[in-house]
This record gives sequence, structure tokens and C-alpha cells, in this order.
Amino acid sequence: MRVLVCVKRVPAPGAKINITADGQAVDTAYLAFTTSPHEECAVEEAVRLIEAHGGESTALTLGPGDAEEQLRYAASIGVDKCVLLPIDSDGSTGGDWDPQRTSDAITTAIQGIEAADGAFDLILFGNESADSGNFQVGIRVAHGLSRPMVNGIKGIELGNGGVRARRESETGVEVYVLPLPAVLGVKEGINLPRYPTLKGRLASKKVALHVVCPSGVVGGQQMITLVQTAEKASTTVVLGHGPDAAPAVVDLLEELGLLK
Amino acid sequence: MTKTESTKPDRARVVVIGAGIVGNCLVGHLARLGWTDMVLIDKGPLPNPGGSTGHASNFIFPTDHNKEMAYLTVESQDQYVARGFNNTCGGIEVAREPQRLEEFKRRMTSAKAWGIDARLVTPAEIKELVPFINDKILLGGYYTPSVSVVDSLATGTQMREEAIAGGALRVLANTEVLDLETVETAGGPQIKAVVTDKGRIEAEHVVIACGVWSPRIAAMAGANIPLTPAVHQMADVGPIDILQQSNAEVAYPIVRDMDTFCYERQSAGSMEVGSYAHRPILMRADDIPSIKESALTPTELPLTYDDFDPQMEQAIDLMEMLGDAEIRYAINGLLSLTPDANPVLGETPEVRNLWSAAAVWIKEGPGIAQLVAEWMTYGYPHMCDPHGSDISRFYPHEKTEWHINARCNEHFNKTYGIVHPREQWASQRGIRRSPFYAREEALGAVFFDARGWERPQWYESNAELMKKYPDSCKPRTHEWDARWWSPITNAEHLQMRASVGMVDLTAFNEFDFEGDGACAFLNYVCVNNVDVAVGRSVYTPLLAPNGGFRGDLTIQRLGQNHFRVITGAFDGGRDNYWFRKYMNEFNEQRAADEGDVTFTDRSQGICTLGVWGPNAAAAMSKIVTDHTTASYDLSQDGFPYGAVRDVLIAGVPCTMFRISYVGENGWEIYTRMEHGLTLWDSVAAAGKEFEIIPVGIGVYAVTGRIEKGYRLMAAELESEYNPVEAGLARPKVKSVDFVGKAAYLAARADADKNGPAATMCTLSMDSQRCADGYDRFPTGGNEPILTLSGERILDAKGRVSRVTTAGAGVSVGKFLLLAYLPPQHAVEGTKLQVMYMNELYPVTVERADATPLFDPTDARMKS
Repeated sequence: MRVLVCVKRVPAPGAKINITADGQAVDTAYLAFTTSPHEECAVEEAVRLIEAHGGESTALTLGPGDAEEQLRYAASIGVDKCVLLPIDSDGSTGGDWDPQRTSDAITTAIQGIEAADGAFDLILFGNESADSGNFQVGIRVAHGLSRPMVNGIKGIELGNGGVRARRESETGVEVYVLPLPAVLGVKEGINLPRYPTLKGRLASKKVALHVVCPSGVVGGQQMITLVQTAEKASTTVVLGHGPDAAPAVVDLLEELGLLK
Repeated sequence: MTKTESTKPDRARVVVIGAGIVGNCLVGHLARLGWTDMVLIDKGPLPNPGGSTGHASNFIFPTDHNKEMAYLTVESQDQYVARGFNNTCGGIEVAREPQRLEEFKRRMTSAKAWGIDARLVTPAEIKELVPFINDKILLGGYYTPSVSVVDSLATGTQMREEAIAGGALRVLANTEVLDLETVETAGGPQIKAVVTDKGRIEAEHVVIACGVWSPRIAAMAGANIPLTPAVHQMADVGPIDILQQSNAEVAYPIVRDMDTFCYERQSAGSMEVGSYAHRPILMRADDIPSIKESALTPTELPLTYDDFDPQMEQAIDLMEMLGDAEIRYAINGLLSLTPDANPVLGETPEVRNLWSAAAVWIKEGPGIAQLVAEWMTYGYPHMCDPHGSDISRFYPHEKTEWHINARCNEHFNKTYGIVHPREQWASQRGIRRSPFYAREEALGAVFFDARGWERPQWYESNAELMKKYPDSCKPRTHEWDARWWSPITNAEHLQMRASVGMVDLTAFNEFDFEGDGACAFLNYVCVNNVDVAVGRSVYTPLLAPNGGFRGDLTIQRLGQNHFRVITGAFDGGRDNYWFRKYMNEFNEQRAADEGDVTFTDRSQGICTLGVWGPNAAAAMSKIVTDHTTASYDLSQDGFPYGAVRDVLIAGVPCTMFRISYVGENGWEIYTRMEHGLTLWDSVAAAGKEFEIIPVGIGVYAVTGRIEKGYRLMAAELESEYNPVEAGLARPKVKSVDFVGKAAYLAARADADKNGPAATMCTLSMDSQRCADGYDRFPTGGNEPILTLSGERILDAKGRVSRVTTAGAGVSVGKFLLLAYLPPQHAVEGTKLQVMYMNELYPVTVERADATPLFDPTDARMKS
């Protein structure tokens, strides 16, 4: 089977992210970049599906040329092919890449790849990106390709020419059966992604990078400015030192309902 | 507030900035030496505030060719052991290339000198110790059973908490230093206070022990700590079954893959792979992210994979199992690099009472902390001579980012390299050139770097002379012995002794002391009496307060209140600092009627040419006049040894100083830089009929010196040794007080009663023939002197007998070694051995005092 997984290069979490003085970009001086966590799970899921059922997996990203790093990461844990849609490759692709334009470009690129190499049975997205969190691109691409799509997926099983996708709701578990080809938005927790191995990392460097110049119709959403939100202040209360702290710890655990 | 945190005081005796391995151990050692009222500050949380200590690999390979670093490393390991935070696992340096096996022989020799148990191992033996290694690609190994992994955080925490428990220390974590305040004194700026985000603390002393941030903090006070933050890449890969099964933090020896500049160190169930092979990646202290901006800590930056990929392949070649291990933690870890790869310790020359304890690795942290604590307590360390780490060693051009980056870029990949003791820098050359440079270059000078100065080591123009002295100018068979060396040096040596030679000594420093307190001041700093007649000179050691050597130099009395110190290139910065430090104290403590003293560094304006040999006087008499055109009396009677005279040479004002470091009649001639070329050309022309030649530093510093038994600062003369032991004690000690006098008198009294614990001796090699059937030539890199049964020799003070200088005694026809020997061996005619490249050679004690082997009565110089 053929599985496509779409990923996005986002700033690595865990540190304060600075914004440039003009408010138009993230200050990358100290930043590391990563793949959105939901998409890390999508990549892992794609690799597992191919390991289980055979076939070929492809990772695709639209982003700066440096997003090659996220494609290599996908390759390092087992994705077979990489497609980069560089938005900074030439002047013609300047301007905002809102969800509409992004999904338009990805849809066009997928159509081109499928025309050449055959259709993807399954296209995986992360539930939402870790930086802008628009929750749109996966659905828009599915719509553009006229394929069924479910978001929030925490379980995927293939069989009987279709896919069973499971997602959690407040009241229980919802199970969807979709015909292939289909699109799924994967949520963190579906699996525990592996780390790349040394061999995987080295092999990823040899995976050919297929570059497609992105073309998408400019959408209706425009970035005006980035604003640094106020830091959430947290206070630490030291309950005590050594054995003397025990009663206070017990009180707290009771208050939290953890002791009954 | 955690257990170890305190409230901020308004003042303290000492504030230590940085709670890494150095700062923690420093407050511990200071407390043990009686210091109280201390404050330790870190901007991060405890116990891991986020500096380099927190991500260190924490292993210790004790062998080092450098005596100072070897001593401090072994001492530190002992301290980790004593505290129970040393986990001995053994370590193997493995060779993939043949030249590395040679280096291992050299390491065996250094291990012998420092008393470290080590042995050479075959690939099969390596495989036995490390069953998962690919022995097929290895040629051999150097195994040190005492290699260990230490817990630097626990050690530091314990030392810090001991100081707290003793009531000597308060700790402020999560406290950022915003500024250092200084106050102007007559002797320059002095530290006044540390301003933090929690308020201001006045302090008598401030110590900067904050690693990669040290330059930024020092700059707040106008001081300069010349280091750069640099990346050391490291990845933790696992899980790995065989390591997990060991059920230990580190069960297998650490492997240093020397020829790929990488290491593999077990860390419980995974393996840490570290690299010094990637391109040098230097940063600025100001560009390190804040704690908030850091995903991990400020010194654990994201790994730049492209730089690390080649090392991954090499690691898999060495240990195939690593290929399937997952990369779980991978960083561009920051550490501190300095231009010469040594630490930066001591009081900053710019700001009084502001100290640096920076660029220190885990392996030497506790020992260096003790060294700095002693320095602050006693005025100079007692443990060992710190000349290689002393912050005052740097000249101004060596403290620039330009220089730091160039040299760090050059030496980073030599971290696991094979570095020759005579190895020359490739970067930052031509920074300082004497006025003779153009002539020297035309003569084919091979230039060596002397702290920025380009100095001819030998001259290719003298190659023809080797035909005149064929027996003394044989090439050396082994490439290592011949590296950075030429037999031309021996030809230059003999030609100078036969006729006359000229030596560029412009790298000398000249310090002028003037004022009606100059004589009293210099007498306070120097051992020998400087109160000599105008126009005379004094050779004198400078002593540390403990009576050991701090310097040695000559002082000329140019006027009643005008003295000029002449000292060498390598110790000029340290001597400059030392004189100024004591001059400040002298000026502050003197009575009003004792007179003042001023200091002027004249080094930049003066060039120096040495002219020596039996025909030196005849040649110079052709061009030297007094201030008329009258000829000048250069005879021994007219211009006696040690005299200093202003003359004209070819009409150019010069100062001639009758002295010699090579044992020949002649002079050091000084003139202003702009007259230098005239001086050179005049001397060359006057000497032509005597076949005068330019002579390189190879003769001046090694061959000419060693057969005269002249001692060199930082080689024979170190603070562990006193003038009695060095053979430089004069019959009487002057009555006035001087730095180190009490200790020196005690050492003399002890020597009178019991004999010196060791004596500087000249030894000759009876045979240089190695097992492969050709002659070897020790480089003078701490090769151990051994008994005939192969035992290393320690004196009553625990100091090891080792070669401090080695070189050809060209005129005496022997290869000579200088070494301190304890009394039972310091007897002329005693037979001993020297180890070189892990082979033993027979040696004989030729001199057990300072009497030269060549011209023992100094007749050539003085009569």
C-alpha cells in the first residue's frame, strides 16, 4: 500500500520563544525546530503500517528549505520517500501561507505525485500543527481530493479494503470505517514514536528529496503581527524539609482527592 | 527556599560567581583554609544551574604530558575518590593509525613519570576488556585501569554544603549578576561590589568561576578572561542490551577512539558518544541563550546533525551495536576553550581582587579549586607551579577575540591529537616582528612563535656550515625526534663558539622602574641585592611567598633611581603582573619618606641583538664608539662582565650589556626599534671578516644554554623548588626583607642541616641507541629519570625526578638532560636511566650543582 504523511516544521517546545522586533517572525537565534508532536505520531504510524502491510511511505512538507530537516527525521525512522514544497525557493511564492493556500498547494502537489506514481491509499496528517494550530489543512486537503476524512484519530486498523479509525470522545470511543483512499488526522498518543537510530539517521541522508515548487491560491487569512503572550506565572510553595514535611504532603494529597 | 539557599547579605569577604564544579569546590577549599563570610551566586537553580558541569561526561583519563595539568588531574581524581564519588571503570585509548602507537609509547612514558598505572594492549586484549568492540580495525591500545567516572554534581554539592554547615558560606541560587562595581585606587581599579537582580553585595574579593559566561562577567568590571564558549557534540544512544545487562552505571572501560577524535562511554543502559572531530563551533558568551530561552539548559544546545554524522559512521565501525541504538539525547554541549588550551586562573591583571577560575574541566576541577584557594590565601599556590594556567600569562594581543578564535579553531581538533612538544602554531603568525625580520627572512630563517614574536629558530643560510662540522650535524633518524628541529642548530652552535654569532632577542621584555623608591622596591621583590653601582647589573630570582621560584631575570641599574628589568618572552606577562602587584602594595604601605616608584613597560620600543663568541669583541670594536667618534674599550677590563654602557654603534645610540646565556664573551645590545636594522647591518658588516653568522634560538635556548647548565623559568625553575635546590643560592642572604625571605631562610637552614631534598643536576646519555638500532633524542618533555632497576625517583618532598630540558651539548659531545635528583642520586658519576618513548637509556650524572659542563670556570665569558 501507499501511505503519505504530511508534517510541519515548528519551533521545538520547552523554551521561551522570542519574536523579532518587527513582530513579523519568530526569532530563531536560540531555537531548535522539530516536527509537530501529532505529526511525529503520524510518521510513526505510517512506518508501522508499511512494516505491517508492505508498500511504501512518503513524507511531505510545505515550509522553508530548512524543513528538509523534518523530512530527514521522518526518513531516519523509516519513511521511504521525501517531498519538499519549499516556500522560500523563489520570489514567486512570497506572501502569507495561510491554511487555505497551504492546503491548495499540498492538494495540487499530491495530485501531481499520484498522477506519476499512483494514488495514496492513506494520507495522514497531525490533528493540528503545534505552532499555529489552525486545525484546517488536513480537512481542506481531503476536501480538495474528495476523500473521506476523520480527525482526532488514536487508532488505525486496515482491513477489508478500508480503514477502521478510532477516536476518543468524552463519553467513550467512536469508531469510523472509511473506504480507501482516505485521509486521517492523527492525535498524539496513538503510539509512542521511536527515536531515530544511528543507522536510521545515516540512511536518511541517502533518501532522495523530491522538490515540488508549491503553487496555491492565496487565502483569506493574513498574518498582521505576532504577539508575545504574557508568561504564565507559577508559584512554588515549599511544604517543608525532610520528615517534617510529611503532614503537609498528606494534607495536599487529600485536598487533591488523591488519598481516600 | 531550598535547604541550601540563604538571604542576600549586604557585604561579604568573598563572592564566588558560579556554582559549577569549580565554584562549589572553591568555596569548600576556601572554607578549609579558614575563609568565612563567603557568598556563592548562580543564576540557575541548584544542584544543576545549567552550566557545563551539568552536561559533562564526567570521566577522567589521568595521563597528561603537561606536568601542571597531570598533577592537577591526579590530585582531583584523589579528591573525588576521598569523597566516594569516583567510579573506577578503566579506560582504553585505541589506535587506528600507526603513528598513534608511537604516541602511546609517549603516554606510557608520561604515565611512568606521574606514577599512573598503564599498559599497552593488543587488539585481542582490547576485545577482552570491551567485548563489543571491533578489534579488526584497531592496531593497539593504551589501557589505564584507574580511569574513572566521577559525580561532579555530588562532589560540588557536598563541598558547598560543608562550607555552609561550617558557617562560612551563604548561597544565592537563581540570582543573576547584573554588574561588577570597581573602585579606583592608586594601583588601578579594585573590585568593590557585585550587583545582582536581588541586590548589591560589597565584597573584598570576587571570583569568576562561571565557565563559558566568564568573559561576559569579567567585562562588567573591565577585566578580560580570554576564553570562548565552544561546542562539544555528544549523543546518548540506547538502549543497548549488553549495557543494560551489566546493571551498572559504567561496567565497561571507556573507549577513546583517538584517531577519530571520539569517545564511547557507557551511561547505564546506553552509550554516550562524544566528539572533538567536528568543525570548531565557537560562540560568544553574550550569544548563549538564557535559562528561559533554553529547551534543556543554556549549555545544552540542539545537536547540529550534519556536523555529527561522520562520527556516527565511525562509531558504528568501532561498535556495530551502536547502529541500532536510538539517539535519545543529543546536544551541542558548550565548554570553554582558551587560546593555548590551558585554564585561566588567578587574579585578573586589570582589576585587583577580581579572580578568575575559568576554563576548567571536570577532571581537574577539585584540584584547581584548591590551587586557586591557596593562591588567594597565601599569595601563590603551594600545590604546584601554576605558570601554564596563570591568567597574567597573556599579552594584550592574546586576549582579543581575533586571537582566541584563531587559536581555538586551530587546536580544537587537536584535543585528541598528537601534539609535538615543539609544535608550532599555524594561525596568528607574524603578529610581532623585530626590525631584523626582513634580514632574517632573506637568510632563510625558520621562525618559531614566541608569544606572538617571530623568532628565528635556525637559519637555512647556515646549512653550508654543516659541512664544516659533519660529525656534529648528523640528521636524526626518527621523524619524531627530527620534527621542528634541524642539525643546522648544531652548526650554528659550533660556529658561534669558534668565532662569533648574532642572535635576535627582541622578544625580551624591558620594564623600567624609576623614582626614589625604585631601589627599595626592587630589593623587596628580588632575592639578590639590586643596590649595585650605576652601570652594573644583577641576576636574581623572584620568589613566591613560599620561597619557591616565581621568576628569574636580570636587572640593570641605569641611574641612581632608574632600574631596567630584562625578562624573557614567555614569562613577560606574568612578571609584568607580579611587579605591578607588589609595587602597588609597596607604594601603599611605604612610609612617606621611603619614596615612590613608577613602572613603565618599554618592551614595545626596544629591540635586542645578542653578539657572542670569541671574536665578538674584535668585531664590535670596529663599530662601537662613545658619544664622540672615539673608539671604545671593549676589553674585559674596560667593559667587565655584568656592566651596562650607553654607546654609539654606527652612530646609533645603543646600550650594551655584557652578559651571556650561551657561555661566550659578548653583549646583549639594545636600541630603539627604528634603529634596529642599522644595528643589524652594522654588526653583520663588522663581523664579516670573522665569518659572523646569524644564530637561532635553537642555540640560545637549548644547546648553548644546556651545556652551560643555565636554568630556565618554567622548566628548571618552578615554585615547587627553591634557589638552594636549583643551585642558585648565593653564599649570603641580604639583610633587608623581601618576598619569600622567611621561607627561603628556612629552606637554607634546612639544607644546611639535612642537605637539599633535591638538587638540579646535569646528566648525559651514555647511549641513545634504541631497540631498533638507531639513536633517539628525548625532547625534554618530562621524561622520568629512573633507577637502574627501573624505579621512579621521588625526593623527600614527593617530587618526581624528570627531565626539565633535553638537548645536545654540541661542544661537549654529549646529549644532555637537566633534572632534579634527591641526594642519594645527586652525586657525580651516578648511573641512572631515562625513559623515552617507553624505552630505557643509560645516563650518568655529570654535574650535581650549577657548574657548567662546558667551560666550567666561565673563562670564555669573564676572563
